[in-house]
Amino acid sequence: MAKTIMLGNQAVAQGLYESGCVLVSSYPGTPSTEITEFAAKYDEIYAEWAPNEKVALEVALGGAIAGGRTFCAMKHVGLNVAADPLFITSYTGINGGMIIAVADDPGMHSSQNEQDSRHYAAAAKLPMIEPSDSGECLNFVKIAYEMSEKYDTPFILRLSTRVSHSQSIVETSPRQEIALKDYEKNPQKYVMMPANAKLRHVVVEERLDKLVEWTDNGCPFNKVEYNSKKIGIVTSGISYDYAKEVFGEDASYFKLGMVYPLPEKALVEFASQVERVIVIEELDDIFETHLKKLGIKTDGKNLLPKISEFSHELIREKLLGIKAEFSELDQTLPNRPPVMCPGCPHRGLFYTLKKMKLTVSGDIGCYTLGAVPPLGAIDTTLCMGASVSALHGFDKVRNNPKNTVAVIGDSTFMHSGITGLCNITYNQGISTVLILDNSITGMTGHQQNPTTGLTLKNQPVTPISIEKICEGAGVSPEHIRVCDPADPKQLEKVIKEEIDSDVPSVIIVRRPCALLKKVPKDTYYIINPDTCRSCRACMSIACPAISMTGSKPTIDTSLCIGCGLCKNMCRFDSITQVVR
Amino acid sequence: MVKNIMIVGVGGQGSLLASRIVGNAAMAQGYDVKVSEVHGMSQRGGSVVTYVRYGDKVHSPVIGRGEADIIISFEQLEAARWLSFLKKDGVLITSTQKIMPMPVITGSTQYPDELISQIKEKNIKVVAIDALSKAEKAGSIKAVNVVLIGAMTHYSNFSKQQLLDALKTSVPQKLLSVNLNAFESGYECEQTL
Ligand SMILES: Cc1ncc(C[n+]2csc(CCOP(=O)(O)OP(=O)(O)O)c2C)c(N)n1
Repeated sequence: MAKTIMLGNQAVAQGLYESGCVLVSSYPGTPSTEITEFAAKYDEIYAEWAPNEKVALEVALGGAIAGGRTFCAMKHVGLNVAADPLFITSYTGINGGMIIAVADDPGMHSSQNEQDSRHYAAAAKLPMIEPSDSGECLNFVKIAYEMSEKYDTPFILRLSTRVSHSQSIVETSPRQEIALKDYEKNPQKYVMMPANAKLRHVVVEERLDKLVEWTDNGCPFNKVEYNSKKIGIVTSGISYDYAKEVFGEDASYFKLGMVYPLPEKALVEFASQVERVIVIEELDDIFETHLKKLGIKTDGKNLLPKISEFSHELIREKLLGIKAEFSELDQTLPNRPPVMCPGCPHRGLFYTLKKMKLTVSGDIGCYTLGAVPPLGAIDTTLCMGASVSALHGFDKVRNNPKNTVAVIGDSTFMHSGITGLCNITYNQGISTVLILDNSITGMTGHQQNPTTGLTLKNQPVTPISIEKICEGAGVSPEHIRVCDPADPKQLEKVIKEEIDSDVPSVIIVRRPCALLKKVPKDTYYIINPDTCRSCRACMSIACPAISMTGSKPTIDTSLCIGCGLCKNMCRFDSITQVVR
Repeated sequence: MVKNIMIVGVGGQGSLLASRIVGNAAMAQGYDVKVSEVHGMSQRGGSVVTYVRYGDKVHSPVIGRGEADIIISFEQLEAARWLSFLKKDGVLITSTQKIMPMPVITGSTQYPDELISQIKEKNIKVVAIDALSKAEKAGSIKAVNVVLIGAMTHYSNFSKQQLLDALKTSVPQKLLSVNLNAFESGYECEQTL
C-alpha cells in the first residue's frame, strides 16, 4: 500500500485499475473528464473516447455482457443522452461488473443546468453510490464491482464537482486481475422484447427488494457515527464533509454512501436515537422526502437551499446562525467572466456573424462564449446538437428567412449534430450550418475526437472527414465550403452566398485551437501609438490581450500569441508583428 | 489545527502547480491534506480559485470567507476580489500584474485604481511583488506561480527546504532549474509589509 494525494477523478481511475477493469468508454464532460484520461494511462485498461454518452454506455454494456469489468463516465447532462441504454441495463443486468459514473455540477461551475442525478437511480431502479473524498472514490469502485457481479446489476457512481475536483490522500494497492466471465447466449436475459422484458421486470423488482435488505444488513457504503445525540444529520457525498466541518462531534451522522436504495430500517432506528434530524443534501430533497415517507420528522429544505452548491460556511450560517466575519474593499469590482482565449479561432467567426446581424442558433463548447458581450452574436444555446435541429424548426416556422445560421463545434457535431443535419436534408430544409472545426474538443480541456486523427491513447488513426459525412448526409458537395476564420472578409462572402442559396449548406470554419502545441506562438503584435487613431476597431474583436492604456489601445505581449486578427481590423496599418 | 491557503488568479495562469507544491509539502510533513481545484469553463480566462487545507484532519475541501491564513494572488484585481476570504491576521501575497477583464476592455467599467494601497488601508498585511518580471528573469513568465510560493515561505509554517523538496517532486526535471531560480527570487525579494 502506498499513500499519495489524488484528485477524486484520478482515484476513481485508480479504483478501476485495482479492480481489474478492462474497458472504459466515455464522452468528456466537466467535471467527469479526468477519470477517463487517467484510466487511459494504464496499459491494462482499454480506454476510448466515444462520440457521445449513449454510445459510451452501450459499449460498456456490451463489454460487460462479454464478461469483463467495464466502466463509462459522463457529466450529469450526459446521462440524459445515455438514458435509453441506462434503463435497459437495469433489465438485462450484466455479466462482468459494470459501473456508470455520473458527475453532477451543483453551482454550475461548467454546465448549462443544475440537475440531480439521484432521480435516475430511482427511475431506472439501479443502485447508486456516492463517495465523499478521493479515498472513498477508490474504495467504493472496488466494492461496487464485487456487488455489481453479486447482484447482476450495473452500479451508478454519483460524483459532484467538489469530489471529482478535490485532491485528498488515498492508499493505493496493486491491480487484481480478474478472469473474464464465460459468455453464454441467453436471449431471455439479453433480448429485450416484450415477452422477455416482462419476465425481466419481475427480476428488477426482486433485485431491488434484495438490495434494500442488503442496505439494512452489512452494506459497507453506509456509515453511522454516534456522537452527541442532540442532532442527527442524514447526508451524503461532499455535504458530509461540510457537515463534519461545522458540527464535528456535536452531532451524530448517518452518512449515506449508498444513495439508492435507502436503508429504511436503519434510518428509522437512527432517527429514534437522536433528538432532532436534519437532512443535508445538495440540490433536490430526495432523502428528506423519503424520510418523511417513513414517518420521520426532519428539517432539510425548510432551512437549506435547493439551488447551487453548499459550503461549510453556508451550513454554519443556515443551521447555526453564525455568519462569517471578514473585511473587503468598499467598492464593487469588475467581474471577470470566462472569455475566448487570445488567438482563439472562434473570435473571427463571431466578429463576422455579429457584423452580418444574423440570427445564430448556438451550441455548447468554447464557442458558446460568442454569446457574451461585446461579440454577443448567439441567439440560443440549448443542449448538445440542438443548434442544427432547432435551426431547422426555426427556419420552417419563419418560412426560411435567410438570415439564420447554426454554429456547432467538431466534437459536438460528432456527438449529435449529424442526425440534425440528416433531418434538414431529408425534410427539404435549406438551413446553413457552420461547423467550427478547431481540431479538438476544446471546452472540456482538449480531448481527441473522431475528426482529430488521434485516439484517447494517442494512437494515430484516419480522421473521419467532416466533408464526407456532410456529403453522405445529403448536402451537395458544392454547398460544402471550407473557410479560415482568420480571413473574415472571405468568410463573410461565403456565409452570404450560402444563406442566400435555396438548398441546405455546410460551411466548415477551420483553424486549430490556439492552445494546441502545434499552433506557433513565436510572434506577437504591437500597436504603434504614433499612427494609431484610437478608432477602437481592434477592440471590436474582444481580445483579452488588447485594452486601453490612457487614450490608446495596447496589446499585452505576455498574452498575445500572434494570431493577427487585430491587424486585419486596423485601417491605419498601426499594428505590426514582432518575432519573440 | 488546520491551515488554509488560497491561490487565486485568472484562468490559465498556473494556479494548479502552485497548489500541488503546497499540497505535496503538507503531505510530506504527515498532514492530512485537501485541495480543491477549478477545471473547465472558468479556466478560459475567468476568475479562478484553488483551496489548499492541511492539518491533523481536514473535512471540507473549500475555505470560507474570513478563514484563509494566506492568499496567494497572481493578479491585483483577483487579490481584491477574494480578499473577504482572508482571516483577520492573514497575509495576502500578490503579484502586481494587472490583467484587464472583458467588462473593462469593452469600456463598460474601469479597472480600479490603487488596489494595493486600498487593501493596505484596511490594515491587511500585504506582500506585493512584481512576480512577472522576476519569473521572466528566472527564465520563464510561466514561473510566476513558483516566485509567489518562494515569497510565501516566510509566512507559512514550512521551512524553505520542505517547500524546495515539494517543488522538486512537483515539476518535470527539465523545468527544474528555471523553477529553482524563480523560487529563490521570490524567497529573497524585499518583504514590504
Ligand atoms: C450531453 C453533454 N455532454 C457533454 C457536455 C460537455 N461539453 C460541453 S462542450 C463540449 C464539447 C465541445 O467541443 P467542440 O464542439 O469541439 O467545441 P470547442 O469547445 O472545441 O470549441 C462538451 C463535451 C455537455 N455540455 N453536454
